Amino acid sequence: MRRRAAPAAIAALAAAALVGCASTGAGSGAGTGATAGTVSVFAAASLTDVLEELADRFEAERPGVSVVLSFGGSSGLAAQLTQGAPADVFAAASEDTMAVVADAGLLAGESVVVARNVLEIAVPPGNPAGVTGLADLARPELAIALCDESVPCGAVASRVLAAAGVQAVPDTLEQDVRAVLTKVELGEVDAGLVYRTDVLAAGGRAQGVPFPEAEEEPTDYPIAVLDRAADPELARAFARYVAEDGRSAFEEAGFAAP
Amino acid sequence: MPRRDLPGILWLPAAVAVLLLALPLVALITRVPWTRAGALLAAPESLSALLLSLGTALAATAAALVLGVPLAAVLASSDRWPTPARRLLRAAVTVPLVLPPVVGGIALLLLLGRQGLVGAPLQSLTGITVPFTTPAVVLAQTFVSMPFLVLAVEGALRGADPRYGIVAASLGASRWHAFRRVTLPLVAPGLVSGAVLCFTRALGEFGATITFAGSLPGVTRTLPVAAYLGLQTSPDSAIVLALLLLAVSVVVLVSLRDRWLRVGA
Repeated sequence: MRRRAAPAAIAALAAAALVGCASTGAGSGAGTGATAGTVSVFAAASLTDVLEELADRFEAERPGVSVVLSFGGSSGLAAQLTQGAPADVFAAASEDTMAVVADAGLLAGESVVVARNVLEIAVPPGNPAGVTGLADLARPELAIALCDESVPCGAVASRVLAAAGVQAVPDTLEQDVRAVLTKVELGEVDAGLVYRTDVLAAGGRAQGVPFPEAEEEPTDYPIAVLDRAADPELARAFARYVAEDGRSAFEEAGFAAP
Repeated sequence: MPRRDLPGILWLPAAVAVLLLALPLVALITRVPWTRAGALLAAPESLSALLLSLGTALAATAAALVLGVPLAAVLASSDRWPTPARRLLRAAVTVPLVLPPVVGGIALLLLLGRQGLVGAPLQSLTGITVPFTTPAVVLAQTFVSMPFLVLAVEGALRGADPRYGIVAASLGASRWHAFRRVTLPLVAPGLVSGAVLCFTRALGEFGATITFAGSLPGVTRTLPVAAYLGLQTSPDSAIVLALLLLAVSVVVLVSLRDRWLRVGA
């Protein structure tokens, strides 16, 4: 008897492992066939701190409700959503990225802009290279990190640089804004273009050098409910909560009002 | 032929395993936009990523051969060492195998970065900085792929008959001469399969590269990094780049298997 039980258990384990792989591979995993009290949110990495706080408050005000957050580069999240990843709410770091999801017919209603961000130059503590403005990014002797143009922060950076007529000489083009910030924090680059909120989030590990040209190209953060939301009522409630009651949290994190 | 009497229950998990390994690649191939594949591949970014990948992976394999074969020889003859020393040496070789490559990249950055243990004095003394350069890509790839070569060659050396070396020595060959002319040819199949494994692993290296060397077209953006970035905006080009990586790996494995690997098997 025992001899028969063991192989069957192995097969069952293998099957279970497969199912497990499938659900994590899809993206967020949790919140798929959600119970009535769960909202699954895909959000841009730069919204991490604010949305975690807002989700906690939302949950505290509604006992039994739970908010599951998945953060990442907006473009990557949008690609996952168009490939069928399960989520109820999407908050992107650019209108263009939201448009990708909207064009795929995945939104239930319109998106709403909840916050606005601007670029800032991040430098290591003490600003060892003496960076004072955008023009310094063209100094060939400095190590510079930018976002790749295929992600929103890189697209904004290239627009800002082009508008200012600055020919930046980057040493690396990173896949998301947090990766740029990390290179700055480690002191591996003299300067990187990130969002103002990222500099604030870095605390003392990086310093910000604001520059006036950034105000010309602000980044808007739209939020929207997806049409496949398991509980559309609750998803709408959370999106509304972020848009209306979240203002002070956004301001504290360095975002501007839309 | 005792192998025919496989317990039937093994077939199911084995079939699941094959599906798990093969289906993703089948899915990849079915999604390739064949009509546009040529144009996507001929794009300058794709070509520069391919050339950079081939060049750096070859350089990493060469570095692994020059450094790794002697290390394999030392490992293969380390049985009489004191246990702690032997274990430390083996850990140094095997830890990079099981380490997530991103962690390897961070470790390389902390060693050779501008603020790094060695990188900081290197920069102040010579003005040389390593991160974000093509040599940094080669370093990252060597760190990740050399252990594959070392373990393959060590295994071959342990399996080789030591009497050939002894006979060579009795005939007056120096230790170096005997190692070069007798031992190495004996383990050639292991050497080649180790080098192939090392090359394909270096070709696919992603985590350590993007962490330590960054990502700049033509300088540090290798095929896997380009494929990953492509996924953000243009999944079609990511799929084509992935297909290219798959094709190079398969061609290398198949062409060498017929010539060498079967000898070792």
